Amino acid sequence: MSIVKINNVDKTFFTKKAATTALKDISLSIEDGEFVSLIGPSGCGKTTLLSLIAGLFQPTNGEINIEGQQILRPSPKTGYMLQQDYLFPWLTIEQNITLGLKTMKKLNETTRENALSLLDKMGLLDKRRDYPSQLSGGMRQRVALVRMLATEPSLLLLDEPFSALDYQTKLKLEDLVSLTLKEQKKTAILVTHDIGEAIAMSDRIILLSARPGTIHQVFDVPEVLRQLAPFKARNHSEYNKLFQHIWKELESLEEENI
Amino acid sequence: MKKKISELHEQYKHKKRIEKIKIIICQLSILIFFFASWEIASRMRWIDPLLFSMPSRVWNLFLEKIQDGSLLTHASVTLFETIAGFILGTVIGTFIAAILWWSPFLSRVLDPYLVVLNSMPKIALGPILIVGLGPGYSSIIAMGALISVIITTLVVYNAFKNVDENYLKVVQTFGATKPQSFTSVVLPATLPTIISTLKVNVGLSWVGVIVGEFLVSKQGLGYMIIYGFQVFNFNLVILSLLVIAVLATVMYQGVELLERKLMKQLQ
Ligand SMILES: Nc1ncnc2c1ncn2[C@@H]1O[C@H](COP(=O)(O)OP(=O)(O)O)[C@@H](O)[C@H]1O
Ligand SMILES: [Mg+2]
Repeated sequence: MSIVKINNVDKTFFTKKAATTALKDISLSIEDGEFVSLIGPSGCGKTTLLSLIAGLFQPTNGEINIEGQQILRPSPKTGYMLQQDYLFPWLTIEQNITLGLKTMKKLNETTRENALSLLDKMGLLDKRRDYPSQLSGGMRQRVALVRMLATEPSLLLLDEPFSALDYQTKLKLEDLVSLTLKEQKKTAILVTHDIGEAIAMSDRIILLSARPGTIHQVFDVPEVLRQLAPFKARNHSEYNKLFQHIWKELESLEEENI
Repeated sequence: MKKKISELHEQYKHKKRIEKIKIIICQLSILIFFFASWEIASRMRWIDPLLFSMPSRVWNLFLEKIQDGSLLTHASVTLFETIAGFILGTVIGTFIAAILWWSPFLSRVLDPYLVVLNSMPKIALGPILIVGLGPGYSSIIAMGALISVIITTLVVYNAFKNVDENYLKVVQTFGATKPQSFTSVVLPATLPTIISTLKVNVGLSWVGVIVGEFLVSKQGLGYMIIYGFQVFNFNLVILSLLVIAVLATVMYQGVELLERKLMKQLQ
């Protein structure tokens, strides 16, 4: 069953100076439990597409449905994770991870316990009384992940969540996130500019063209790679083949744009 | 090697201590020199003692006014008015800023009015306040508040607007309503700015209250100055000035201390 259905979506931003068409005629459906990556030249509308799915603003044309319901405002079914962690510096880690529950008025003993057990899974339970400034970048991004998962969304939107991290931390987090999401059977859409990350983590990769963003090509990740954890997938021969393939396509898109 | 570093450190600390003592000695000398030359100049009639008074007379007057309790009354009236003024100014200013944040339309409508009001010397509105609120505490407190309320509005509103949009995005994806966004993101993110306006407002409020007392009151340190001026008792004028200097400094330091404590808690 497809959980997300995007039908002929356009998005144009209007400012006094110009009308910028960020996305044009996007149609896409995503199956329950699928992990999809969005890649494309910068400024091609990846963040815009995620924000539309999150219901932060509305498409100019077309519509987006999640579990059969049209998205007109942010829905509790979706969780959103930004490029930087955006943890609130004035709240402790525990207060940060229960922020979503509190905002939704769902905070009680059970949900708090659940959030803390997620924090425990990320190996950060002992930091619950600390403030974000006391944590490293990788830890903070893990806390942001817990904050998103604590409200139990079924669809996760991840906007370049690892791009601000150093390479080693990023590889470790890819494995952790991939495992956690598989365990919890979440559907996820990941925006990334790292082709390798897209191949290692997802079932399907969608390549957007430069502005206005349209779906340029869709790549299915071979079954063997899907079975592997991201770190292992990166060392598989199939990985290199697909990498070269996507690299060339992306290259051609960016050349057109120069 | 290790010992050498700790030795050098001791030397360094010693040097700093000496420097600090020197500074304090200089500061005290200036104070003593100032009062001593004032006293001497007045006694030798280099300056007119009737106009410029002299420290010993001011001191005697101080003791007298302490004993009959009148100084305490005047000082506490002014202190109360000033504290009420700057708290009101800060609270009302923050409240108006919140309304402007709430309604971008209203904020654009009111923009030119705020610019005019901000440029206007608020003291000039004194007579209007007195006509409106009557000659008493209320118009003096209003003066103390009025002088800081517009600048507080502008500064705090600007801080509200500049809160990183991504923090708002985080709570919006959790379905936050506008009041929730305000209380869980905008207000805590700008608390440091609001607290720092308190510090500015203390100074402004003193100006408003003293001028207010010049205009209407029967009590307070501003009244003491005007009264002393009218009856040609310059001992009284100078005594009031010195008391104001001390109280204003203490209050400013107090707010600064409060700011540091609150900021520490926020860290
Ligand atoms: N709120 C906005 N107002 C006007 N233009 C915008 C806005 N958000 C994004 N854009 C424009 O839309 C295009 C796509 O932006 P974005 O989705 O952030 O790209 P990406 O995430 O792929 O780098 C860019 O050209 C950007 O300038
Ligand atoms: Mg982006």
